[in-house]
Amino acid sequence: MRVQTRKHANLGVKYLFISLATVVILFPIYEMITTSLKLPVDAFAIPPIWFFVPTLVNYKAVFFDANFFRFFTNSVIVAVTSTVASVGLGALGAYPLARWKFGGKKTMIVGVLLLRMIPEAILAVPVFVLFNAYGASVNGRLALILVYTAINLPFNIWVIRTFIMDLPFELEESAIIDGCSDFSVFTKIVLPLIGPGLSVAGIFTFRMAWNEFILSLVLTDRFTRTLPVAVSLFLTDTGTEWGKITAIATIIAVPAFVFTFGAAKSLIMGLTAGAVKG
Amino acid sequence: MRKNSIPGRRTNAYFFLAPAAIILLVVMLVPIFNSMRLSFFEWSLRSMAQKPKFIGLRNYVELFESENFLSSVRVTIIFSLSVVSIELLLGTVFALLLEGDFPGMRIFRTLYVLPIMVAPVVVGIMWRFMYHPTYGKINFFLSKLGIAPVGWLSDPNMALTSVIIADVWQWFPFVFLLVLAGLQGVPKDIMEASRVDGANYMQSLIHIKLPYIASVLALTAILRMIDSFRSLVVIYNMTGGGPGVSTEVLSLHMYKTAFTSQRLGLASAVSVLLLMIILFFAMFLIVRSIRKEGK
Repeated sequence: MRVQTRKHANLGVKYLFISLATVVILFPIYEMITTSLKLPVDAFAIPPIWFFVPTLVNYKAVFFDANFFRFFTNSVIVAVTSTVASVGLGALGAYPLARWKFGGKKTMIVGVLLLRMIPEAILAVPVFVLFNAYGASVNGRLALILVYTAINLPFNIWVIRTFIMDLPFELEESAIIDGCSDFSVFTKIVLPLIGPGLSVAGIFTFRMAWNEFILSLVLTDRFTRTLPVAVSLFLTDTGTEWGKITAIATIIAVPAFVFTFGAAKSLIMGLTAGAVKG
Repeated sequence: MRKNSIPGRRTNAYFFLAPAAIILLVVMLVPIFNSMRLSFFEWSLRSMAQKPKFIGLRNYVELFESENFLSSVRVTIIFSLSVVSIELLLGTVFALLLEGDFPGMRIFRTLYVLPIMVAPVVVGIMWRFMYHPTYGKINFFLSKLGIAPVGWLSDPNMALTSVIIADVWQWFPFVFLLVLAGLQGVPKDIMEASRVDGANYMQSLIHIKLPYIASVLALTAILRMIDSFRSLVVIYNMTGGGPGVSTEVLSLHMYKTAFTSQRLGLASAVSVLLLMIILFFAMFLIVRSIRKEGK
């Protein structure tokens, strides 16, 4: 009986602690979203106005701005294209690394692991030189698509490879005996079975391409700019239009919310992968 | 031979790998090697049409004599060590408190993923607003507690701490998730046995759980160490490295050398040094993965 009450007390303390921590963790996000839904007078009021009638004026102003619309389109094009390319090429490369024996396989696996560690910041100067020096100026969007595809390839190859290695080999074996080519074994048998792996790879690639800032800053101009760069420049240019700034920031954060609540399992798998499973 | 690998060599492997290999070569490897080469050259962003001028090791000599560079090294060390140790501590405490299944656990775990997913630019903006001297909520809450307003981002002695707080907010949940996953690997029968033997919570924590998650902790520390060099974007958008150079980390220093001072050769030298630091930490992870690969 005593043990029972102590257990309940423990659980109570646990919940209290977690709830407090959750408030702290969510507050900055709450603050961003509510500011984007306030009129400027309310946003800057001290003491703060906690209860207000939400307004969409900031979002309207943002969406009716031709520039914003262009940046939004750029972001969508860049993120979607590089996700498709990086996951597709990643799966293609992951297959032989999971299943076959060939010369140079070990080197390639080590290479993939090594490239996975390289942060975007390191690439800012090299990639800027690649696309801007030597007179060959490549369209910013295309440059970003190429770079985002490449940066995400090592993770995608690696994570998809672990999913392929978990598949039982019998299906592929019987297809080979039936005379299927390597490529059709891959597309017809392996690909349909690794859906979860492809979605982990896809979510993480999209997240990176949609959120990325520093490479977009150095590779794009005022026509090819993506949303993160646009909002950052807006911040330094105006500095006071917090309603619009938080509205754009919230729009940038929408995919993060969607993935977090729609695919928490894939996210946690992708985040903990490398570390816990190997 | 493992059962699930096809006997014989496959030349097709090279066709499957070619597209990925080519794009990695052209967009990552070649530019990185080119940048290593450029670190021995003097080359200005303003006159990129001109050929880079070879100057040997002078870029590196200049760096180690530059007060700004050395300051950014100091800032990076303070920043990285602080965020990694605070995040490890907080993440582990949270994981120990929240381990096990209890109602609502899933929801909390999901909510804690949110900061990790939010774009660094957005994190920078959010915290800049929270830290705002007049209408920021943090100073407002402090005033309710009777504490005088703090110049979070304007006070050179405070700015680095503020930046560290924002990074801890975003990334301690990552440590939490990893440690939680590690704790799930602690065998239940061993915990049971220790309870039967009369071990109290602290004893079983120190003698069973911590040794079990030690490798996960080490790994998480390295991952966070490498990732902490990525914090450039949050810092760029919160303080721009200021006030003065008080929050200018190495990666931000590199960016400014290239695009503000417009010295591409010198910036390449910084990025080579940064790369070497990252590879040093990455070696631990790679050696570990190769060992697992062998099994």
